[in-house]
Amino acid sequence: MNRPKEPAVSRAEVEDLLYHEAELLDGWRLDEWLALLTDDAAYYVPPNDKPDADHRYTLFTIADDIVRLRERVIRLKDPNCHAEYPPSRTRRLISNVRVTGSESDAILITANFIVYRYRRNEPARVFVGHYRHRLRRVGGALKFAERRAILDAEELGELGSVSFIL
Amino acid sequence: MLDPTRHGGFRGLVRDEPTRFQVKREVFVSPEVFEGERRALFDRCWIYVGHASELRNPGDFRTRWVAGRPVIFVRDRQGAMRVLINSCRHRGAVVCREREGNARQFYCMYHGWTYHPDGRLKSVPGEDAYPPGFDKGAMGLVEAPRLEHYRDFYFLNFDRDAVDLKTYLAGATEYIDLVTDQSPSGRMEIISGVQEYDIKANWKLLVENSVDDYHLVATHATWLNYMRNSGVNMAPPKDSGLLLPTKGAGKDLGNGHLTTDNPNYRGRPVARWISVYGEEAKADIDAIRRELVARLGEARAARVADTNRNLVIFPNLVINDGSSVTVRHFYPLGPDHMRVTAWALGPVEETEAQRARRLHAFLTFYGPGGFATPDDVAALECAQQGYAAWRDVEWNDLSRGLTKTDEQTNTDEGHLRVFWRRWRDLMEACA
Repeated sequence: MNRPKEPAVSRAEVEDLLYHEAELLDGWRLDEWLALLTDDAAYYVPPNDKPDADHRYTLFTIADDIVRLRERVIRLKDPNCHAEYPPSRTRRLISNVRVTGSESDAILITANFIVYRYRRNEPARVFVGHYRHRLRRVGGALKFAERRAILDAEELGELGSVSFIL
Repeated sequence: MLDPTRHGGFRGLVRDEPTRFQVKREVFVSPEVFEGERRALFDRCWIYVGHASELRNPGDFRTRWVAGRPVIFVRDRQGAMRVLINSCRHRGAVVCREREGNARQFYCMYHGWTYHPDGRLKSVPGEDAYPPGFDKGAMGLVEAPRLEHYRDFYFLNFDRDAVDLKTYLAGATEYIDLVTDQSPSGRMEIISGVQEYDIKANWKLLVENSVDDYHLVATHATWLNYMRNSGVNMAPPKDSGLLLPTKGAGKDLGNGHLTTDNPNYRGRPVARWISVYGEEAKADIDAIRRELVARLGEARAARVADTNRNLVIFPNLVINDGSSVTVRHFYPLGPDHMRVTAWALGPVEETEAQRARRLHAFLTFYGPGGFATPDDVAALECAQQGYAAWRDVEWNDLSRGLTKTDEQTNTDEGHLRVFWRRWRDLMEACA
């Protein structure tokens, strides 16, 4: 009985989720964005020199469990979050969306991203990379159980801080 | 090049008087000062290269920039640690372009010269075309003139006549010991994963910022808020006059090195539990504590486990032993631009759970995605923007605590003045 399972999700549905997420993040609608995450979600940005590493053994740029991720949103909404006040203007373009597999109840997807970040009196900063996410259905809705944003740059260098949600 | 018309060389840049201490903002914007620093500081001082744990096996290497030069930090086939200038003796191309690895040889892709991992020239294509005097034995990769280590922290010096490293480190050795004593075997390791990011600000601002506890309340308001939300008491004791929960010290360690020395309130993986770690971590941290006490005695264990210390090794190495240990160095790419390289450091004996806890604690505060470092970067870049008006607003003030007769606290600026006095002395001696 090794019949391939019906895909639990269509690419169009994944694209809708990613585009909706991009709109929320670029619009700094962070509470609405949190609602797209499962209650045990995690958010990772691996270090530029070890993009495939495990955050338990390797120093990441960001490795948030849901508790710290909610705190990150509290911080980002606070005018005392100096690195993002006034908030950066960001615009993210997402493409090459693919459903790559499934693992127990999770759907694995990848997508490429470009995030342009603008701040007053600063040069534009362009963050290029790919997402590797795990999605899960919660009450019918597709949600992020794990978000992983992997940067292509060899080092952060002039990109500076990753102080917004990538 | 130095501007020959510059009046008085590098004198008059630091105003050190009984009731005020000021630094001229010109030192953050001037190309002449930047050039002067390369010669007076980075060509004369002991400059951090890397840690022994990064090169475990013969042939292991890391390429990096140190004191403005491309270098190969390598353990040669005989096991000796070396720093080779990463530039072919023939026409200068870098002979190793990988970030890290294990090498049998270094190969110059331009004309194909190869070098042994100890730097000796191994082969030259078409060697017979060179004149008779061509001496392969004298054409190895150039080595940094001096390379010494203290407890696995390797430093180079381009000044052959410099004092030895231990003498140079002076009182800083005691504070490096407090870091390495966290490991039962005295062996700490650089954890994989490097953070390399630029700050569009003068490098000296990061020296100040790394040890300046006065800025915490304003710059790191959101981090303090996160700690409070996590159940950690961040309030200064009532009527204490303090800005932070505990009263720390700012210390002069000699030769321009300085440190804060603060009773801990924000948790330490070795070994002070706070609520952020979760209840399940309590027993484990108690066990780490018991090992410390058994090995070092009650007093020394408390010194290691219950204090936070942000240490500056003059001129550009910072070891922050706080909610985790970070080793970071930085180098100016110009008067208003620095590249920061930062690592996490931990005891080699740590279990998987302990290591994960250390890294989690690290990321809450430190690094380009942490809750604190990005705001430091913003603060430094804001300051640098302000210095565009250096001709109109000439002086920075560092007078906090200047007339105190007892010890300098961590929110005074006595320890910042230690850096500036050393900076002044070396710059004036060079000019």
